[in-house]
Amino acid sequence: MAEQREKLLSIRHLTMEYQPNRRLFEAKKPSVKAVSDVSLDIYAGETFGVVGESGCGKTTLGKCIVRLLKPTAGELFFNDGGEMKDLLRLDKKTSFALRQKIQIVFQDPYASLNPVHTIQEAFDEPMRVHGIGGGSREKRTEIIANALTRVNLQPDYMYRYPHEFSGGQRQRICVAKALVMEPRLIICDEPVSALDVSIQAQLLNLMRKLQRETGVTFFFIAHDLSVVQYMSDRIAVMYLGHVVELADAGDLYARPLHPYTQALLSAVPVPVLQAKKERIVLKGDVPSPMDPPTGCPFHPRCANCMEKCKTEKPELHEVEAGHFVACHLYQQHT
Amino acid sequence: MQENDHILRVQDLKTDFKVGRRTVHAVNGVTFDVRRGKTLCIVGESGCGKSVTAHSIMQLLPPNGTIAGGTISYYTRDGACEILSNYKRSGPRMRAIRGKEISMIFQDPMSTLNPVYTVGSQIMEMLKKHEKVSKAEGKARIIRLLGELGIPNPEIRYDQYPHEFSGGMKQRIMIAIAMICNPTLLIADEPTTALDVTIQAQILDLIRKMQESYGTSVILITHNMGIVVEIADDVAVMYMGRIVEFGSVQQIFSHPVHPYTRALMRSVPVLGMNKDQELAVIEGTTPDASTVFTGCEFAERCECARPECFHRFPKDTEIEAGHRVRCLLYEEGGEENG
Repeated sequence: MAEQREKLLSIRHLTMEYQPNRRLFEAKKPSVKAVSDVSLDIYAGETFGVVGESGCGKTTLGKCIVRLLKPTAGELFFNDGGEMKDLLRLDKKTSFALRQKIQIVFQDPYASLNPVHTIQEAFDEPMRVHGIGGGSREKRTEIIANALTRVNLQPDYMYRYPHEFSGGQRQRICVAKALVMEPRLIICDEPVSALDVSIQAQLLNLMRKLQRETGVTFFFIAHDLSVVQYMSDRIAVMYLGHVVELADAGDLYARPLHPYTQALLSAVPVPVLQAKKERIVLKGDVPSPMDPPTGCPFHPRCANCMEKCKTEKPELHEVEAGHFVACHLYQQHT
Repeated sequence: MQENDHILRVQDLKTDFKVGRRTVHAVNGVTFDVRRGKTLCIVGESGCGKSVTAHSIMQLLPPNGTIAGGTISYYTRDGACEILSNYKRSGPRMRAIRGKEISMIFQDPMSTLNPVYTVGSQIMEMLKKHEKVSKAEGKARIIRLLGELGIPNPEIRYDQYPHEFSGGMKQRIMIAIAMICNPTLLIADEPTTALDVTIQAQILDLIRKMQESYGTSVILITHNMGIVVEIADDVAVMYMGRIVEFGSVQQIFSHPVHPYTRALMRSVPVLGMNKDQELAVIEGTTPDASTVFTGCEFAERCECARPECFHRFPKDTEIEAGHRVRCLLYEEGGEENG
């Protein structure tokens, strides 16, 4: 069913390597592959969730899509009015115009608003640059007032400074700030992890409401599986820079295939009595991305590790309709 | 009897902070017991006073914080009662208890270990302070404990520095420092908040295992309801420096009565929940800690608030054996539904 929908973003073989800082006379250090060979399709209007533990490359992936980072290799095709354009190989003008269509909401609402600008000033600058509101200041102010009302804040809050707001309010302001640019895709990088649970619920409900109203697509990055599962239509599970499983949210929860996904799901504490289930406790830590294991990135911690896993890296392939997994366990069945 | 059942009894604890000229009542009359060998979870959002409660027990408050009232009684293994709130914070009695009888694990393992000492020497420091042991004997004991805590190659790890450990491993070292003197009460202040879920599962398992093999009582502070269900025997829900509901896990989770507890439970997405369902929202934000209340602290955010809630303080009401709630709806005469 998803196949018939309009593709908004096609990520093809995206790789992002970081070169560690090198001191004078120091030998060249190996680069760190934060994201390696990731291919994903994101459809218009859906919420695409990305989960994984710290260091798995989910934030790097998000930053590559907004082009805050320049990927080492790969293509990023963005649907611009029916035409798929590679974001990484664009002329300056189109590149600039397309920046407006992809916005980002960061994790820390305290660090993402400039403390010396009022909310209006912070909103106004990108709008002016991109010519939103037809270059009229009054029109822009009206749009800002509208956006603030939509995130349940009073319009006159735009004359205040960020320090006058609580964390939850600031995060709503950040969402509004992304919205005024009329984007087609909003990258949400751990938008609720800095918030208290009661505030978290307010923001999650608000984001779902906004999506219903505007049809915007969310690329939702989080480490909290329950939040991602609640918010997303489809979920990609990442481990050490690789996508290990990709499926519909319901399907992923009901039938996780990859041993890592199974362990991740079983590790989430569920606040329901009698939910005490058999937990798969993974041994050890996530290996360092400086020195990734050969073969399957998960094999040192995997309970089902075979000889093949140590040498050969499994590819992501479709096990059943819409359910992709990168694991040798499922290879023979296809 | 009581001395044997309970290890810690906190009565009407009040902790104040002086901020400029104002006084902030961070903890405002908190009463609870910790049962021997059991786990008490204190849950609440940030700023509700859960960490301050723990720090008050350990007398680890910053200089501008004082215990303004109430008693903290600790019952030792042989049944003697020590009133911790009467001891000077750095007096000899308090120092003898802190670390030996009651020890603590903090939230952020990255910043609680000293980066310039090996982890072995940091554990040894704790051991030497409280027990007379020879160096070799102490080292053997530490290595044994590190092994029990699931640290591979404890002999090599003993001589390594904190930066050579990952987050989960550092938290194990913190647990080792806390457990080396075999305390009777372990206070864990958000021990897994800084860790990933798979590592969190390891650490929670470990705390449970330690508790089983050493019979330690645990106070675990968290904001995650899921962790509470997994590990707690008793639960205290805190809001604005007060315990609004206290009971066993079964009581709190099968029959939560306080509107705040209920809202807190319904506001978190649960794995596998129906996605068409909206999350329950607690309107508004947590009031500033220095707000002066004339009635129930939760009234302005409460969906069942009645006019009297705004100008009358609710009293602790026991609605079932061991299940206390601080809400006007349940005081005598109040109806049982809400």
